[in-house]
Amino acid sequence: MTDQHQPFEGTAGQPRIADRSVKVSATNANVYYGEKHAIKDVGLDIVAQEVTAFIGPSGCGKSTFLRCLNRMNDTIDICRVTGDIRLDEEDIYDRKIDVVELRARVGMVFQKPNPFPKSIYENIAYGPRIHGTATGKAELDEIVQSSLVRAGLWEEVKDRLDSPGTGLSGGQQQRLCIARAIAVSPEVILMDEPCSALDPIATAKIEELIDELRTNFTIVIVTHSMQQAARVSQRTAFFHLGRLIECGDTETIFTNPQHNLTQGYITGRFG
Amino acid sequence: MTSNNTDLVRAGLARRYRAEKRFRLYGLGAILVALAMLLTLFVTIFGSGLGAFTATEMTLEVTLFPQDVDPEGNRDPDVLSAANYRKLISQAMLDLFPDVTTRQDRRALLAIVSDGATYEARRRVMADPSLIGQRIDITVPVSSDFDLLNKGKVDETSAEHERRITDKQIAWFKRLQDRGMISTTFNKRLFTNSDSRQPELAGILGAVVGSMYTLLITLALSFPIGVAAAVYLEEYAPQNWFTDMIEVNINNLAAVPSIVFGLLGLAVFLNVFGMPRSAPVVGGLVLTLMTLPTIIIASRAALKSVPPSIREAALGVGASKLQMIVHHVLPLAMPGMLTGTIIGMAQALGETAPLLMIGMVAFIADVPGGPLAPSTVMPVQIYLWADSAERAFVERTSAAIMILLAFLVFMNAGAVVLRKKFERKW
Amino acid sequence: MNTLILVLVILALATLSYVVGTRRSTGLVDNKPKDLHSLPGYYGLYVAMWCGVPALALLALWTAFEPTIVKHMVLASLPAQALLDPAGGPLSDQRISLMMTDIANTASGNISSGASQSYISEAAVYQRSLTDTGYWLMAAVAVALGLGLASLAYRRISPKLRARNDVESGVKYFMIACSTVAILTTIGIILSLLFESYRFFTQVPVTDFLFGLSWSPQTAMRADQVGSSGAFGAIPLFVGTGLIATIALVVAVPIGLLSAIYMSEYAAPKFRAFAKPALEILAGIPTVVYGFFAALTVAPAIRGFGETIGLDVSSESALAAGLVMGIMIIPFVSSLSDDVITAVPQAMREGSYGLGATKSETIRKVVFPAALPGIVGGILLAASRAIGETMIVVMAAGLAANLTANPFAAVTTVTVQIVTLLVGDQEFDSPKTLAAFALGLVLFFITLLLNVIALRVVRKYREQYD
Repeated sequence: MTDQHQPFEGTAGQPRIADRSVKVSATNANVYYGEKHAIKDVGLDIVAQEVTAFIGPSGCGKSTFLRCLNRMNDTIDICRVTGDIRLDEEDIYDRKIDVVELRARVGMVFQKPNPFPKSIYENIAYGPRIHGTATGKAELDEIVQSSLVRAGLWEEVKDRLDSPGTGLSGGQQQRLCIARAIAVSPEVILMDEPCSALDPIATAKIEELIDELRTNFTIVIVTHSMQQAARVSQRTAFFHLGRLIECGDTETIFTNPQHNLTQGYITGRFG
Repeated sequence: MTSNNTDLVRAGLARRYRAEKRFRLYGLGAILVALAMLLTLFVTIFGSGLGAFTATEMTLEVTLFPQDVDPEGNRDPDVLSAANYRKLISQAMLDLFPDVTTRQDRRALLAIVSDGATYEARRRVMADPSLIGQRIDITVPVSSDFDLLNKGKVDETSAEHERRITDKQIAWFKRLQDRGMISTTFNKRLFTNSDSRQPELAGILGAVVGSMYTLLITLALSFPIGVAAAVYLEEYAPQNWFTDMIEVNINNLAAVPSIVFGLLGLAVFLNVFGMPRSAPVVGGLVLTLMTLPTIIIASRAALKSVPPSIREAALGVGASKLQMIVHHVLPLAMPGMLTGTIIGMAQALGETAPLLMIGMVAFIADVPGGPLAPSTVMPVQIYLWADSAERAFVERTSAAIMILLAFLVFMNAGAVVLRKKFERKW
Repeated sequence: MNTLILVLVILALATLSYVVGTRRSTGLVDNKPKDLHSLPGYYGLYVAMWCGVPALALLALWTAFEPTIVKHMVLASLPAQALLDPAGGPLSDQRISLMMTDIANTASGNISSGASQSYISEAAVYQRSLTDTGYWLMAAVAVALGLGLASLAYRRISPKLRARNDVESGVKYFMIACSTVAILTTIGIILSLLFESYRFFTQVPVTDFLFGLSWSPQTAMRADQVGSSGAFGAIPLFVGTGLIATIALVVAVPIGLLSAIYMSEYAAPKFRAFAKPALEILAGIPTVVYGFFAALTVAPAIRGFGETIGLDVSSESALAAGLVMGIMIIPFVSSLSDDVITAVPQAMREGSYGLGATKSETIRKVVFPAALPGIVGGILLAASRAIGETMIVVMAAGLAANLTANPFAAVTTVTVQIVTLLVGDQEFDSPKTLAAFALGLVLFFITLLLNVIALRVVRKYREQYD
């Protein structure tokens, strides 16, 4: 337990974790939307094979920061990112880094389930197809099946792989999107409030799934719900007004927060 | 397994980026091809049309012999008007070339002067009868073939039988040029004359006036009807089969080929109601039916963009529904409605096919006297000139197109300005 | 013009009624408008409405039907021998219509054609008197109607009269009437086309028309020939129309679609701001200009090009007309595609980018398939536009009804034949003229079908993402 409390003035700098392997690390990350300074000097390590939850009040920048990790912000013209974000010690904003390759390594699941208007099979096969990671139909079938199995959807859809993905229920759609992300075999999966559009039962299923996926993937999840963060994550980062206030083991954050902003948020004094 | 995967992805990258680049180029290429076509169209039209804005004229010294113009000397306007001015013009021409003697050559020589010369001479005499007996300089147009020659559009090196003018005529024309009798001026006849069989005399005025009458009638009918229909559909109409039917009809009419409206006009307005053929009234009616869908659709969009809060506010202070619409909704929606109307009018101005059906293709040499008089409109005039065999009409056709396009640009610019000026974000 | 004066008179009376009505309403309550149910102006409008609307409606009806009635009366007044041709048989409809024109010209004081017969001038005098009497009768009735109804309305004015409600429902009925114009137009189109086509099909069998392989309506020129001797097989026209429309779509669909994709997914805002309106100019250019362009520039160019590579290209080749028509419909395809492509939700694109797809992969494999129904709808609309387009083909395509699929040959289209059959001297009732309406009917139904399908497809597509 070498986690240090990060001062409010800024969270740049020093190593925060010694005994676990760091998958993604950000130092002095800043994001600007045109004139707006959305993320201010965030420094943070994400541990491999763990679930890291980003929590914080609406508009605190947690989703924005998440989207920096696979450069989804590139699709927004006015968005500018500075600082240092590394995946396995490689600067992902380096010129040499290929966005396409990066996103193949860092997959993403979005807030609202967004299956393509194609069959379930085609939804899953899309990633392996474009990246050319499957050779031949048999291998592709294999990937589709294993992804669906790992996303816990296989039993529900195995008889209707050809029906449209948009015809599934909301929870199933979201699991389909997770399976779609898994199919590319990413190293990290980013989840942007994946349960906010789902009912409690579907949410429970996804949470269960996240816990299982942890063995193979590094997962970062943005969530509105503190209960969810407590249930699924090993580490939690609390954002407020574009700054990272505190980051540490989930248990510590929820039982013994170092910063009174965190304390206030967790105990529900604001949110 | 994961690193293997990354390698696989990396291996495909170069190929995928090449595909990306190719695809992007296809897109850009498509736009460039389309723009190139637009450019070609404008360049050809402007290239061939600019010439029509200048005219070749000839200053001719004509003696107005009293015995030809006014033999009885009483200055009776009827006599003056009916006098044989052609003879005077011919005489003046022949005097310039005493060496031209044979009948055939003389006719060839006289072909240099346009028929318009006689009108010019008559105009001068009628305006000032005291000129009779004098020797006056009159400036007359040369006929179209020589106009083209003067503009360098006739290949003098080609074989004689391949062009419309002979070597002799070219030589005579050169002599006129050497004597300084040929001048090039702005072609005001293009704007002040109506149609004519002689290209050098043909102008667009009659067609412009015809278009004006037609559009006025279209506007006077389609704007109020269109706005009233839009207001009813947007503010009053209950959701029922009747309203649905109206909507389906409007959407379909917007896509019915224009020529079908022409058939309707022919069968109903001309054959059943016995309205006059070739009249702007009928043209206006047909174009009204054609532009109504455009105006209704645009007006409804404009009404939709007025936020419900405005309506509630008006009703809340006790306005009746009609008062709410007239006092609050319509003024706010008006710019949008006007924009739609202008666009509809621009469409109507460029429309040709339905007007052919109701007989607006007649050869009309006069400026139409009213909305019931036979007339033609600008696009139909373009069609008629484009169909003419005379080469000089190519130039006029292009010029007429330029004038029509100028009107359209003007109208569309008006619509853009209106939209910009009153654009409102709620 | 006289009618215009009458209209002005009625409008003046209505204005007067407005003033009088307003005065009366305030007078009734001793200038205390509060005691009135509605504002005084509404009482004025109430009277004005009763004065003007029925009178103007009557006038409109009269103007619409007067010429027909007069014509029939004049025709009936003609001596029997005027309706016989020199051989003793009944005069053809065409000759009668010529004669009526003569009479009308004489009546309006224009110089009539040729030496007019005495019965012509007599008929002209009769026609004049009919028109004059009719006009004055009409004027009297209209004014009396207006004044009568106005005075009735005037008497009804009382503080309790709900003038505003009455005026507003009057306005509402006017608006309803205006919105039914669209329906009336459709009915008018269908009825007139059906009626004239029916007359055509009594002379030429439907099957001959729809399935016949030979089209030469101009052969039935002599008076002793009946319609059946001309050939009215419309298949060559349908094939020609299809050929030219296909060429147009082959040009317009790829260019329009790729432009739309580039514009909505790649182009920098500045480029888009320039290129989008520039492309839309193509849609604003009158078709007659395209026709001239096709005939003057494109057709000779294609012909010249064909000559250099040893191909025999007709100077009125289907290719030239189709090519130019294709240019014309590029903006239809591109703007409709642009709409549907932008309607594809951003989440769909992000889903694809999030998996590491490149932009073109996202467009081709996600955005395009998602937008496909909408794009198909747009293409159908463009096809309907191409089939119904008239001026380009009239000016650049041929008249000869060749049954061929060779784009270098001259073909003719449905619209070209309609124009050819109806422009110039017409004889009503001849199968030649009526054939144009039958062609119009086919054209109307084919385009209607395409439009209905297209609109339905597009609407379904829209609902999917709403």
